[in-house]
Amino acid sequence: MPLEPVVLFFVLGLAAGLARADLKLPTALYDTLSIYLLLAIGLKGGVELARHPLIDVLPQAAAAVAVALIIPLAAFAVLRRLGHFSRADAASIAAHYGSVSVVTFAVGTSYLTRLGVPYEGYMVAFLALLEFPALLLGVVLARRSAAEARNGQGALGNRELLREVFLGKSIFLLGGGLLIGAYAGADGIKSISPLFVDPFKGVLALFLLEMGLVAAGRLGDLRRVGVFLLSFALITPLVAGVLGAVTGRAIGLSIGGTTLLAILYASASYIAAPAAMRTAVPEANPALSIGASLGVTFPFNLLVGIPIYYWLAVSLHKLGGAS
Amino acid sequence: MTTGKRKLLTVICEARLERRLTADIMTLGAHGYTVSEARGQGSRGVRNAAWEASANIRLEVVCESAVAERIAAHLQVHYYDNYAMILYRSDVDVLRPEKF
Repeated sequence: MPLEPVVLFFVLGLAAGLARADLKLPTALYDTLSIYLLLAIGLKGGVELARHPLIDVLPQAAAAVAVALIIPLAAFAVLRRLGHFSRADAASIAAHYGSVSVVTFAVGTSYLTRLGVPYEGYMVAFLALLEFPALLLGVVLARRSAAEARNGQGALGNRELLREVFLGKSIFLLGGGLLIGAYAGADGIKSISPLFVDPFKGVLALFLLEMGLVAAGRLGDLRRVGVFLLSFALITPLVAGVLGAVTGRAIGLSIGGTTLLAILYASASYIAAPAAMRTAVPEANPALSIGASLGVTFPFNLLVGIPIYYWLAVSLHKLGGAS
Repeated sequence: MTTGKRKLLTVICEARLERRLTADIMTLGAHGYTVSEARGQGSRGVRNAAWEASANIRLEVVCESAVAERIAAHLQVHYYDNYAMILYRSDVDVLRPEKF
């Protein structure tokens, strides 16, 4: 299957980073592009969400979020028992994998659009809802019984933790965009769509170029990450992707929606989770979680995973009869 | 012209800590601070500011010696174990010492 063109920008950035090409995008650009993408994705999802009665969407979303909690719990158990990671490291990595990657989702929607496969536009609401529960769960997993050992050193109160999770830029902007989009509707958004809708793919391509550079910088971490975590970072998205596809089918999503839910389950966060974990679980080594999620799982999902999840969704829908 | 001796405390650390550190420093008795963006390399690897997780800041505080001691001790206890952070002190001459 041909690669999605925007993915080639990621490969270009990766190549530039590995070859040590003289290319450095300013940090301010990374910030600007990520703010743009979060808002644009939120707005678009909000417009779609407004078209569907909330009563139809809510049970689906609740089921998708509930099932998704299996991922960080299972990941935590595997990392602790089989990988012998410290409680903090296991909890932090589990939170990264339980949460979702906005950019992987965006590439997934662009993949489906190119194939002409329709999907439920309100999946963006799932994206926003799936982002934070795993982060909270990760902190709980890290703290259980570790509370005394920490002596409160660098630890956060619950209020600060909630602030970190819900007022972090990714959930705040995605949620804000959703609300504005839902309020304004398709017509209301027309005046800003030349900025937020039309150039979306170009901006996504630029952001992926930047992420390629960053990911290349994390590859050095892989040597420290070790074979176990490397395999974990490749197997987890596949297993979680199957879980997502089965769940999507069970709650009655279309082929496109099922693909996107599989992508969401399979993806690992590298915007919201590193920020929240660094503040709430500071004793966890960020090189491990970011090395795995950004250095391995993110490229894997972009290059190999997304077509697999699509194929899974198609197969499941064939199995279950017409959709 | 009145001048006075004060301490210049320089902290270089993860950008993520900015909000917490500046709050701590003001609570511990500093009268102000200056933050700038920074990049570099140390025992916790290259911090090249390519994206937010690898961004550093340089935080500078001019204050009385006792306050500098308090801040240094506080940071060492609360942040040294888990965060990329270095800290150094130097003597500086300031105009308008009452400001600091």
